[in-house]
Amino acid sequence: MSYQGKFRVWRGDDSGGALEDFTVEVNEGEVVLDIIHRLQATQAPDLAVRWNCKAGKCGSCSAEINGRPRLLCMTRMSTFTEGETITVTPMRTFPIIRDLVTDVSFNYTKAREVPSFAPPKDLAPGEYRMQQVDVERSQEFRKCIECFLCQNTCHVVRDHEENKEAFSGPRFLMRVAELEMHPLDTADRVDQAQEEHGLGLCNITKCCSEVCPEHIHITDNALIPMKERVADRKYDPIVWLGNKLFKR
Amino acid sequence: MARAEIAARTLRTDRWWLPPLTTFVGLLLISIYAAFRTFQGDYYWVDQYHYLTPMYSPCLTEECLPAASHFGQWFPALPGFLTPPVIIIPFLLGFRITCYYYRKAYYRAAWASPPACAVAEPHSKYTGETRFPLIAQNLHRYFFYAASILLLINIYDAILAFGTGLGLGNIILLANVALLGAYTLSCHSCRHIAGGRLKHFSKHPVRYWMWTQISKLNNRHMQLAWASLIFVCLTDLYVALVASGTISDLRFIN
Ligand code: SF4
Ligand code: SF4
Ligand code: FES
Ligand code: FES
Repeated sequence: MSYQGKFRVWRGDDSGGALEDFTVEVNEGEVVLDIIHRLQATQAPDLAVRWNCKAGKCGSCSAEINGRPRLLCMTRMSTFTEGETITVTPMRTFPIIRDLVTDVSFNYTKAREVPSFAPPKDLAPGEYRMQQVDVERSQEFRKCIECFLCQNTCHVVRDHEENKEAFSGPRFLMRVAELEMHPLDTADRVDQAQEEHGLGLCNITKCCSEVCPEHIHITDNALIPMKERVADRKYDPIVWLGNKLFKR
Repeated sequence: MARAEIAARTLRTDRWWLPPLTTFVGLLLISIYAAFRTFQGDYYWVDQYHYLTPMYSPCLTEECLPAASHFGQWFPALPGFLTPPVIIIPFLLGFRITCYYYRKAYYRAAWASPPACAVAEPHSKYTGETRFPLIAQNLHRYFFYAASILLLINIYDAILAFGTGLGLGNIILLANVALLGAYTLSCHSCRHIAGGRLKHFSKHPVRYWMWTQISKLNNRHMQLAWASLIFVCLTDLYVALVASGTISDLRFIN
């Protein structure tokens, strides 16, 4: 079963661009990335798109389909009706390079700002045996494929470019949480999360969790637990009073 | 380097405005009902069957019906339009307002920050929960403690009402505290305090077990938030209808 599908694809670069209309063949079982590839092969050989695995595992093909942040390779054409016009645009939050390709280096900068795992200095290799229950929480976060759809959707930076400096975004606040929950990590991540990674900017409206293709419960399992740790440390009136009175 | 030039506020084609609208209307209706009942100052106690609405419990001021004041009357009669619940409502409201789920709900529905995912918010500046007044959301756990005490009192009231026999009202009061209990237990602060704050689960097997159980409930926190909120209102309505003589309680025993 195939039909002629209607598409609107954003074309352009950092000097400007617009949505361009296409009519393309759609076959049974295809995903949006297949259509983009057919466009390249037939009508728009210079259309830029980033992809690698076509299996939802490399996190390269992030874009927005009918305004919803999605992986191009994991969005089935069968979720749309044949008459519907499907709009494909690049991620909004990051600077555009060309067509569907954005410059995601914001995320690499933020990744570098998270200090790495810090085990106790005197711990010899092989000395510690990890229990399953102690790594379970971080294993969920490890499913991340770094597609940066969460970073793209988070309104803190999507709607407010000026917050990019102060805010690391859900992906990297989750990384901070992962290290904080590690039984051997000795670094002080709680103050860092609030002061340096902008945890307070998150208003837990859960769009990161909504768009994550790995269905990681970013807000419930990483961001809120970090907010609770900050509350332990900073907003516990008894601790606060003690600190005021005795200056630590 | 600039972002892709796309003028539309959103390109979403689904009815993204429906969930925030539903939430807004739902919260508005419940607030109106709760405000009306708070300031009505009557029909909160059914003397015959010892039903006390959770909205007036504990009833701590001198204008309370003496039989409804299970814990005594600590405060003098309140002046003007003030009614007994104004003493406990700051805690109940504070608990719900600072709840992580309700925050999400009203930030989206009432403040449009953001109205829905990938729909631009109308505000030009955004500081999240970093400064006053929203930084006070961090006090949630203290409201959790206060609400837990009020919950225990509601449970006590519900048990006390069994002293006169058994009616539909008893079942309703019991279901109400069950739902409130599940909502309170599923709280993110509760989950954190019970075990979430530990780094080393394997060293604390009991707290780890509690954390896993609370986590299961926590997955349903949104549903429990709505179910318990609506049911409190229904419980109150039932007590009000029986107390005012509009309907009579359906009795099973006595
Ligand atoms: S929950 Fe927080 S981090 Fe996630 S999208 Fe919302 S504001 Fe951003
Ligand atoms: S957390 Fe989810 S949405 Fe965010 S980068 Fe990882 S896989 Fe993508
Ligand atoms: S191409 Fe790898 S995730 Fe889509
Ligand atoms: S998070 Fe909702 S009650 Fe605590």
